[in-house]
Amino acid sequence: MTPGMVIVGAGECGARATLALREEGYDGPVTLIGAERHLPYERPPLSKDGMAAEAIGAKVIADAARLLEARIDLMLSSEVVRIDRNARTLALGGGRVIPYDKLLLATGARPRRLPMAEGIGGCVYLRTHDDAEAIRARLRPDAHVAIIGGGFIGLELAAAASMRGCRVTVLETQPRILMRGVPAEIADIIAEAHGRSGVVIRCGVSISEMTADDSTRAVSLVVDGARIEADLCIVGIGAVPNTEIASDSGLAVENGIRVDETMATSDPNIFAAGDCASFPLVIYGGRRVRLEAWRNAQEQGALAARNMLSKGEQHSAVPWFWSDQYDLSMQIAGLVDEGVTTVRREVGADAFILFHLAADGRLVAASGIGPGNAVARDIRLAEMLIARGAKPPGDKLAASDTKLKSLLAA
Amino acid sequence: MSEWIEACEVDDVDEEDVIRFDHAGKTFAIYRSPDDEFFATDGLCTHEKVHLADGLVMDDIIECPKHNGRFNYKTGAAKGAPVCVNLQTYPVKVESGKVLVQIG
Ligand SMILES: Cc1cc2nc3c(=O)[nH]c(=O)nc-3n(C[C@H](O)[C@H](O)[C@H](O)COP(=O)(O)OP(=O)(O)OC[C@H]3O[C@@H](n4cnc5c(N)ncnc54)[C@H](O)[C@@H]3O)c2cc1C
Ligand code: FES
Repeated sequence: MTPGMVIVGAGECGARATLALREEGYDGPVTLIGAERHLPYERPPLSKDGMAAEAIGAKVIADAARLLEARIDLMLSSEVVRIDRNARTLALGGGRVIPYDKLLLATGARPRRLPMAEGIGGCVYLRTHDDAEAIRARLRPDAHVAIIGGGFIGLELAAAASMRGCRVTVLETQPRILMRGVPAEIADIIAEAHGRSGVVIRCGVSISEMTADDSTRAVSLVVDGARIEADLCIVGIGAVPNTEIASDSGLAVENGIRVDETMATSDPNIFAAGDCASFPLVIYGGRRVRLEAWRNAQEQGALAARNMLSKGEQHSAVPWFWSDQYDLSMQIAGLVDEGVTTVRREVGADAFILFHLAADGRLVAASGIGPGNAVARDIRLAEMLIARGAKPPGDKLAASDTKLKSLLAA
Repeated sequence: MSEWIEACEVDDVDEEDVIRFDHAGKTFAIYRSPDDEFFATDGLCTHEKVHLADGLVMDDIIECPKHNGRFNYKTGAAKGAPVCVNLQTYPVKVESGKVLVQIG
């Protein structure tokens, strides 16, 4: 029997890739190897409804029955420590050796660590279900939670903690929250919602000292020279891709495992996709990016699976991301920093979309925020316009009574 | 028992669009296809119970507004990640300008 397809990382991307192999009609062996002990699950609820709810239910991507039916050989609690590209084998932590014909690396990313917090037990990070359980257990009513980092994970956790009755302080060293990739107008709406909920957001701060009480796990911080005491300190300052097994085996790494537009690495038998991979974004002239986004992980997993079956398909998707905080939902299609001018469209009384246009008038991104799913439909239509390289007239984009669907037909 | 319930007027739904219809504590989605036929499904996505009527209709697909899960609204079939559970569909008929749904 041939060794078949092996996928390392049983997260969003790896799980979707295994299912896609079967959907494409591949009949040989498929092995999915994951370091975590859980069945593949969705991460987004961990910082949102999951964290705010009474218990963190695991949102499983594919349960054991579905994986069995698809004849996926699932190996959990198994970490791949080495790739031998000449022998086409993997080594597991326990010493076991697994051969492969084609390999997909879907190893994801891990939280970036704060050097100052090393060795301080009271400081926690969020990436996995187990991390979320540990945090959730400490969100007691009236506890003071300090969150370092005003990015999505920090802010979503701030919303969840405040909904659970905690007092929350968000500490951001940048001049505003969500500096990376989110327009200030949208960040302002999010900051106001936190303000209404009693969350204190402090931007442009410098944190000079951090100590912990080992018995209570309380953390004491010195922020701009003044002391802050926190019952729990959560660090959310970004993520770093899990590239070590790739680079150790000599694969090219460039802010993520380097792949081409087909998700192939520098070794034609090895593919990489999802949060761990950097790839050329065709819609922006091949600009190399690494995305940390849920739909991207799914799409790239499925694309890599098709190309492991030699379909030779190119990546063409538009990046897409969402975040939920309180009753607000934000969605962004495309990369905002590709735009040079902005057109604003009101969606009802309390929602809006910003269209980001390149110098030549091409629509390159759209970002929006509002209660519930107020902006979803228009962001989706904008995404289709972006994918086509459309140059929609600014006055039409701004006019709330012009249906975006009509611009698609143009 | 199943009965025909008046959901809306024909003109309440644009072509290739969807509206929400609530009845007896349940929520439904009423679709008008590009070829001017009417369809009805459960109103909530099978992924996270989001109102599909806020989503986008393209041909015979309804796309969920929350995470872009897709269903064929004519058959209820889930069309791939992240949705894997099909939508319940309901019979629909049009009588003197009104859209009727058989709920039972
Ligand atoms: C709390 C949280 C909230 C999020 N919210 C959103 C959101 O609202 N919207 C959005 O678009 N995105 C969101 N994301 C991002 C999204 O979840 C990720 O983009 C997605 O999970 C990436 O999938 P992946 O499979 O590439 O990586 P991961 O999901 O990280 O999975 C990688 C898996 O590989 C395993 N692994 C790594 N190395 C090895 C090895 N050597 N051997 C075996 N196994 C290994 C890891 O243990 C992990 O289970 C969120 C992420 C987090 C953490
Ligand atoms: S709620 Fe519909 S796709 Fe997630």
